[in-house]
Amino acid sequence: MSTASEVVRLGALARTRSGDKGDRSNIGVVAVDPAAYAWLERHLTEAAVAAFFEPMGVGKVTRYAIPGLWAFNFVIDHALAGGASRSLRIDTQGKALGVVMLELPIPDPHADMSTKEAP
Amino acid sequence: MPPETRPPLMIGNGAGFWGDNLDAPLALVRGAALDVLTLEYLAELTMAILAHLRDQDPRAGFIDDFPNLLARLVPELAVQPALRIVTNAGGLNPIWCARRCGSVLDGLGQGAVALAAATGDDVKSRIPGWLADGVDLAHLETGQPMTAAIAEKLAAANVYLGARSIVRALEDGARIVTTGRVADASLTVGPAVAHFGWSWDDWDRLAAATVAGHLIECGAQVTGGLSHDWASLPDLAGVGYPTVEIHQDGRSIVSKPSGTGGKVDLSTVAEQLLYEIDDPARYRTPDVDADFRGLALEQWGPDRVEVSHAAGRPRPDRLKLSAVYRDGWTASGMLAVVGRDAESKARAAGRIVLERVKRSGHDLAESLVECLGAGDVAPGVLRPASPPFEVVLRVTVRDPNRAAVERFCRELAPLVTAGPPGIAGYAAGRPSPRPAFAYWPALVPRALAEEHVRVETRSAADWAREFERESARPASS
Repeated sequence: MSTASEVVRLGALARTRSGDKGDRSNIGVVAVDPAAYAWLERHLTEAAVAAFFEPMGVGKVTRYAIPGLWAFNFVIDHALAGGASRSLRIDTQGKALGVVMLELPIPDPHADMSTKEAP
Repeated sequence: MPPETRPPLMIGNGAGFWGDNLDAPLALVRGAALDVLTLEYLAELTMAILAHLRDQDPRAGFIDDFPNLLARLVPELAVQPALRIVTNAGGLNPIWCARRCGSVLDGLGQGAVALAAATGDDVKSRIPGWLADGVDLAHLETGQPMTAAIAEKLAAANVYLGARSIVRALEDGARIVTTGRVADASLTVGPAVAHFGWSWDDWDRLAAATVAGHLIECGAQVTGGLSHDWASLPDLAGVGYPTVEIHQDGRSIVSKPSGTGGKVDLSTVAEQLLYEIDDPARYRTPDVDADFRGLALEQWGPDRVEVSHAAGRPRPDRLKLSAVYRDGWTASGMLAVVGRDAESKARAAGRIVLERVKRSGHDLAESLVECLGAGDVAPGVLRPASPPFEVVLRVTVRDPNRAAVERFCRELAPLVTAGPPGIAGYAAGRPSPRPAFAYWPALVPRALAEEHVRVETRSAADWAREFERESARPASS
């Protein structure tokens, strides 16, 4: 039996797709099934995402839920160092941020007896 | 009164940006029984490039790939008499786009084809007057007011128009509709409204068509492009571009021509639904505020996904202005740096380049050194597990002064003899300064924004005659 301190990567529970709107990036997160969605609803919080991307100097993180699609949309302010036109970064449009976010650590759902089997 | 029952409308999108697969539109019209082919070309910064082209030649500033594509599509147009084309290829110059298209079609014996140009989105010349009248053009993200200094530097300023001009053009009998800036989804909403006769306050159906348009507007992104299953997808090199079959009740079925690569399934559709959206309760276009939260997806078979239950609310009373202005010069250079200390060598080489620019007397306004391979794409978020043996050094600068950027461009090559060992990639040549643009989004009252909206529908032969006449005139638009 695993312990509650174990983590999995977000990529084990969801897929992502990211892009830009000005200096904001949005990262769509689609859970692989309803159990994963419920788990992420608890653990993939605005605070967790803000902390993960904090080294990039991001601003406010807003999470929107679309339960019917087992999905969340994260909108991250100031994620693009000025946006497509201003940023000097190679990823001016946040195309890679979704894949980076797949590495965000999430508590392992298998370690929690209260959830059903997760992927 | 029950609405007249109309057959479903089949729309396919063959371009998601300017530079997309040139053969995709042909494959799409050959592989699917389309009623409408849409082609979406205009990203925000595309307008800056088009502005540059139009400044050099008042007859340019549209997507010049489109008339050439049209020539290749002529045989298909001949055997598919119901096929129509709706595109924002007009860019900053829909009239000259139509003239060129007319000339191309007429030259191929298609002079009778009706071609429409929809204009009125280009508001650049009106901005100074709006500022003088006290129209609030504050930057949508920063809240800064637009100054006369910025207005003077504008390269392009366009409002996102909706589907109404497209509907009018199609009702005029146009077979090909070229627009300037319209909301991407409006390229789909227009043909749907024209086909089904939906009223302009049928918000749920307008939202449904908006969702359909949003799903196909980026081309292959809904048929396997960017999919997390990329490694197991069949034939991404031959990826099929998307079709959407819109039904009178607003349901739509996303698919792609049979025998093409990629796939359409619940995940490709769900991922693309979320692409570049903000609040899913308010996906805002000039036509409608669409609500994605209640959407239902259902797989109806291989590569067929039904999307239903879109909800809409009344359209916004302000339209989005998308303006770009000149903001100095930029340049970027890349080199491969190899060795067990690759990252520290790359950072040192980057510092050397920037220091040499400084010692030459130029204080660069902005610069950035990136070590790609060492975790710099999302800087600081993830580090490689072990030190990378090779990285790509990328140095990027921006400055109002072209000479400063020019100097930077000359400082990369000297590293070949004077820098740390193990640096490769000089054969790519010296980078060149490029004009830098900044983006200014704002909101404009709808009545003002739509004041100059116009649709001109004429035969290709008429447009061709206009092309000849106007081309003969020296430098006029």
